[in-house]
Amino acid sequence: MSLAKLSIIQLREKLDKSEIKPSDIIADLKSQITKIEPKIKAYAHLEEAAFSTEFKSSLLKDIPIAIKDNICVKGQLTTCASNILTGFRPPYDATVIQKLKSAGAVIFGKTNMDEFAFGSSTEHSFYGPTHNPWDLTCVPGGSSGGSAASVSADTAICALGSDTGGSIRQPASFCGVVGLKPTYGRVSRYGLIAFASSLDQIGPLTKTVSDNAILMNVISGYDPKDSTSVNVEVPDYTKSLINDIKGIKIGIPKEYFVEGMDSDVKKAILESIELLKKLGAEIKEISLKHTEYAVSVYYIVATAEASSNLARFDGVQYGLRVKENSLIEMYKATRQDGFGKEAKRRIILGTYALSHGYYEAYYLRALKVRTLIKNDFANAFKECDCILTPTNPSPAFKIGERLSDPLTMYLSDIYTISVNLAGIPAISIPCGFTKNKLPIGMQLLSKSFNEEMLFRVAYTYEQNTTWHKEKPKI
Amino acid sequence: MAISKKDLIHVAYLCRIGLDEAELDSLTKELEKIIEYIDQLKKVDIKNTSPTSHVLPLKNVYREDKTIPSLDPKEVLQNAPFKKDNFFKVPKVIE
Repeated sequence: MSLAKLSIIQLREKLDKSEIKPSDIIADLKSQITKIEPKIKAYAHLEEAAFSTEFKSSLLKDIPIAIKDNICVKGQLTTCASNILTGFRPPYDATVIQKLKSAGAVIFGKTNMDEFAFGSSTEHSFYGPTHNPWDLTCVPGGSSGGSAASVSADTAICALGSDTGGSIRQPASFCGVVGLKPTYGRVSRYGLIAFASSLDQIGPLTKTVSDNAILMNVISGYDPKDSTSVNVEVPDYTKSLINDIKGIKIGIPKEYFVEGMDSDVKKAILESIELLKKLGAEIKEISLKHTEYAVSVYYIVATAEASSNLARFDGVQYGLRVKENSLIEMYKATRQDGFGKEAKRRIILGTYALSHGYYEAYYLRALKVRTLIKNDFANAFKECDCILTPTNPSPAFKIGERLSDPLTMYLSDIYTISVNLAGIPAISIPCGFTKNKLPIGMQLLSKSFNEEMLFRVAYTYEQNTTWHKEKPKI
Repeated sequence: MAISKKDLIHVAYLCRIGLDEAELDSLTKELEKIIEYIDQLKKVDIKNTSPTSHVLPLKNVYREDKTIPSLDPKEVLQNAPFKKDNFFKVPKVIE
C-alpha cells in the first residue's frame, strides 16, 4: 500500500523499525499527487520539500505536512490564494513553522484556500476551486479546503489550517477528516497572515484524532511574538487519548436542532448521541439562547477587523503593484485588480460598519451581543463538560451553487461561528455519511484551554466507530 | 438601514478600492441584503451589557525595552515591487 495513505503514527512505527526511509514517504506522496491532484487541485503551490537535518527523537521527525497558504514559510510562496500577494516569499517563518521544523517535520506544499480565508467553499481562490475528494462536483468546504481535501485524498499525511469562523472544522466535516480549532491564545498567530485578529487560530487537520493530538503537542504554547498567545502550561495531549467517557456530561444545545438541518445529518448526529450514551456519557439538553445572532455578529466583527488588517496590501511592500501616476490612484487600482470579489465585499462591509455614523449602530452593538454569546457558553459549561453539535447543517454542496448568494453561504456557518466569538476550542470528527456518500461531521466544544476533554471524547467515539477508516474513491 | 450607491462610493474611497460601474451595482444589491439581515441585532437587549472586543482578559502587554536584531533590509525589500537603495518606492506624493 502507498505510504501516503498512512497516519503519522503508522509512519512513525515503520520509520522507527527502519522498514522505510523518509524519502520513501515523499516518493509515495509525489506519485499520489501526480495521480490525484489534477482532479482535486488541493495545492496552491508545490515546491521541493526540504528535510530537516537535525537529529530529533520527535514523533514528527521526517513526517511531511502540508501548510495552508496563509501561513508564512520562509522563502516559499505564501500568497493567501490572492493575486495581490503574487510572488510573495516571506523573509521569516511563522512560529508554528519554526516549531514544526525544530521537531523535524518536512514542510510539504502550500494548500489552496478561499482568498485571505474569506469563504466557506474554497471557490474564492485566485487559483480556482478545490474539488471534494468524495464527489468532485462538490466543494471541499472552506476556507481551509485545500488542507482538508489533501488529507482526505491522501495527497498529504496531515496539514495545518486556520479557523476564523469554522474554516478548519467545516472543511474537515465536508471531507471526512479530523479538524481542531484550538482555544484562542493556545497557538501563536505570529506569521499567520491576519484576517480577523480576535478570532483567528491555527490548528491541525489529520486522518485520526491521535494524529491531531500529536500535532497540537508541537504547535501549542506561549510565544512572546504574539501578545495574544497565553502563557499557560501545555499538557501532553496524547495522554487524553483514552477510550473511556463514563460519567462525562455532554450538552446538546436545543437551538441547534431547529429547521434547516439536512435529514441525513440529523440522523447521523442522533445516532452518535445514542452511541456516546451507550459508552457511558450523560446526555443533557442545554440552551445557547443567542445562537440566532451569531452570524450577524460575526459578519460585523470579522469584516471590521479584516478591513483594518488588509489595509497593508497597497502595492508598496510586497506583491502586486498596478502602475498609476498618483499614490491614491495606485492604491485603488492595485486593490481593485489584486483582490477578488469576496475580499472586496468584506473589506467594504467592514469599512462601512466602522465608518462615521455607523460605528455604534453596527460595530459596538455587535461587540455587546458577542458578550451575550460568550456568556451563554460560560453558563452552559456549568452544566456539562462538553457540547455536541453537527459541524454543519448540511453536507458538501455543489461547486457554484451558493456563489451568487453570499448571505446563504454565510448562514451555513451557523454552528461553527459562535465558537470563535467565544474563543473556546472545538473539534470536528467524521460521524457518518449521507445517502449519496458525502461525509458528515460532528462537532465537540469545550471550555477554554480544555482541548483534553475534546480529545478524550473524540478518541472514544473514533475507537468505537469506523467512519474514519473509509476512503474516497477518486 | 439601506445602503445607497453614493454611500458605497464613499466607503470604497475610504478603503481605497477602485470599483467599476458593474461592481458598484452588484455590490450595492448584495450589501443591502446582508445589512438587512444584520439589522436583526437591533432586536437584542444590550442595555446593561459591556462590549467584548477580545476574549482574553488582556490589557497592555509589555516587553523589555531591549534591542534585538531585526531582519536584514535586503530580505525585507526582496518582495517590494519597486525599490531604491534601502527604500520602498511609491509615486510622487508632493508636487
